[in-house]
Amino acid sequence: MQSILTLNNLTKKFGPITAVKNLSFTIEKGNVYGILGPNGSGKSTTLGIVLNVVNKTNGSYHWFDGSDSTHNALKKVGAIIEHPNFYPYMTAVQNLALVCKIKGVPTSKIDEKLEVVGLLDRKNSKFRTFSLGMKQRLAIASALLNDPEILILDEPTNGLDPQGIHQIREIIKKIASEGTTILLASHLLDEVEKVCSHVVILRKGESLYTGTVDEMNASHGFFILQASDMGVLETELKNHAGFGKIKKEGDTLVAYLEEPMDASTLNQELQQKGIVLSHLVKRKESLEEQFLELTKNLN
Amino acid sequence: MLRLLNIELQKLRYNRSAKVISIVYFVLITFIALIASIEFPLGSVNFRVADQGIFNFPFIWHFNTYVAAILKIFLAIVIVSMMSNEYSYRTLKQNLIDGLSKKEFVLSKFITVIGFALISTLFVFIVSMILGLSFSDYNEFGIIFSDMEYLLAYFIKLVGFFAFCMFLGILVKRSAFAIGFLVVWWIVESIVYGLLKWQFFKGTDIAETISQFFPLEAMSNLIKEPMTRLGAVQSAATQLGENFTKSYDVTFLNVAIVLVWTFLFVYWSYAILKKRDL
Repeated sequence: MQSILTLNNLTKKFGPITAVKNLSFTIEKGNVYGILGPNGSGKSTTLGIVLNVVNKTNGSYHWFDGSDSTHNALKKVGAIIEHPNFYPYMTAVQNLALVCKIKGVPTSKIDEKLEVVGLLDRKNSKFRTFSLGMKQRLAIASALLNDPEILILDEPTNGLDPQGIHQIREIIKKIASEGTTILLASHLLDEVEKVCSHVVILRKGESLYTGTVDEMNASHGFFILQASDMGVLETELKNHAGFGKIKKEGDTLVAYLEEPMDASTLNQELQQKGIVLSHLVKRKESLEEQFLELTKNLN
Repeated sequence: MLRLLNIELQKLRYNRSAKVISIVYFVLITFIALIASIEFPLGSVNFRVADQGIFNFPFIWHFNTYVAAILKIFLAIVIVSMMSNEYSYRTLKQNLIDGLSKKEFVLSKFITVIGFALISTLFVFIVSMILGLSFSDYNEFGIIFSDMEYLLAYFIKLVGFFAFCMFLGILVKRSAFAIGFLVVWWIVESIVYGLLKWQFFKGTDIAETISQFFPLEAMSNLIKEPMTRLGAVQSAATQLGENFTKSYDVTFLNVAIVLVWTFLFVYWSYAILKKRDL
């Protein structure tokens, strides 16, 4: 896999507060990443550091293979952060032309990108006349001008109405389907669940989880089981290849699946071994439950 | 280089207030020519300012650069706001994210500053040339092109002053406050000079020796006031028993001081930007 962004023990302190603590992860080409975390968990600070606007306190990061300076690497990156920043007195096209000059790309793609975000008919309107949703879409168009290797989006749906949120998500999905690597920071879990394949979960500047959404989601689900002889049941489950973690929860056992298995199969297998279940439920955890679980454990 | 200038010009081109003030500034420079038409009756003769020798080569270089330099405050507003707008629109952040380095950002502003100073100098040159050729008593080639160092001094004075404005714009982040800071700075320089002159080093020249290193004082020392150099004023003064024996030359020391300040302002602008989290 070709790596796009590598972080090594990145740390940022604002006076006594540590906003990002020893953060390490790698972004690989072709995946859609989500950075999840409650407000103030260091998402924007992390993005600010790799985007050259916030100075790191410690650690290191590099773009691509690390051979180029950060600002040159950023010419191959498209990024929008928090809220769209453009010159209010310029029109959409003039603003995008300026971005082209900074990135050193031809201005020929402006119309095409405006079309992608559905702003072509407003291309000669001044930026200050735009609604928030339009501003956000213009920001996406601007980030796409250089056909970036990676698109970085920080809270792209913040403050938008449901229609605006929907529009932005559709655009993101469309871009992702074309194979562009995306890094999406958000505190909206369903947003990340819907769009991302990988997640980095942050809390108070520390990484709690890095990996695929599926793994985190325990996508095979888990069983909640009860039998008359709990000891035998537990031994049996521990010896079963299909299960990973097994934990006691009150009178029941919770067994996490490592491979897909449906409830009737398990029931049949256990009965053949003489274990009769009095309680059998199969469930799937939502990302939200997982997230709350992860962040709760560390309190 | 050209790319950076191009980026900055694109930002200025569509900014209506910047455009209006710049145009007003350059129009005002050409209006120096209007001084020529001032005339008032003095007894039985008609007194014409243009006939008093202010448009004589090479004195005109001194006079026009001095007068034109007063107008620089107009461009100062444009420069301060072109810095602070980047903060208030948060476009500085966006520029950096789009792949401009902090060094390139400061350079693009400084190149624009030099551009403004160059065009101003060119304007003053053209206006002076036209006025001089119409009114000067001496039109020999050698005289016309003597004392040209005033144009150089004018250019350096503008670059230094605009670099100061640029630095204040980055430091203070708000145009109005940055202009206010400029005024406060000027007052502080005057107070410090006053204290040195009338309190600590009374009756000596030490105050001047120190104050020539102050940035604004150094800039104003580049082109000294030309009024007392006029023939009419000099003869009037002689009759009153006063004698002006000061030098009106552009000195190397003054040029050097302003150049050092210019370098410091640009460097500090970069240093602040580098240190700041946006």
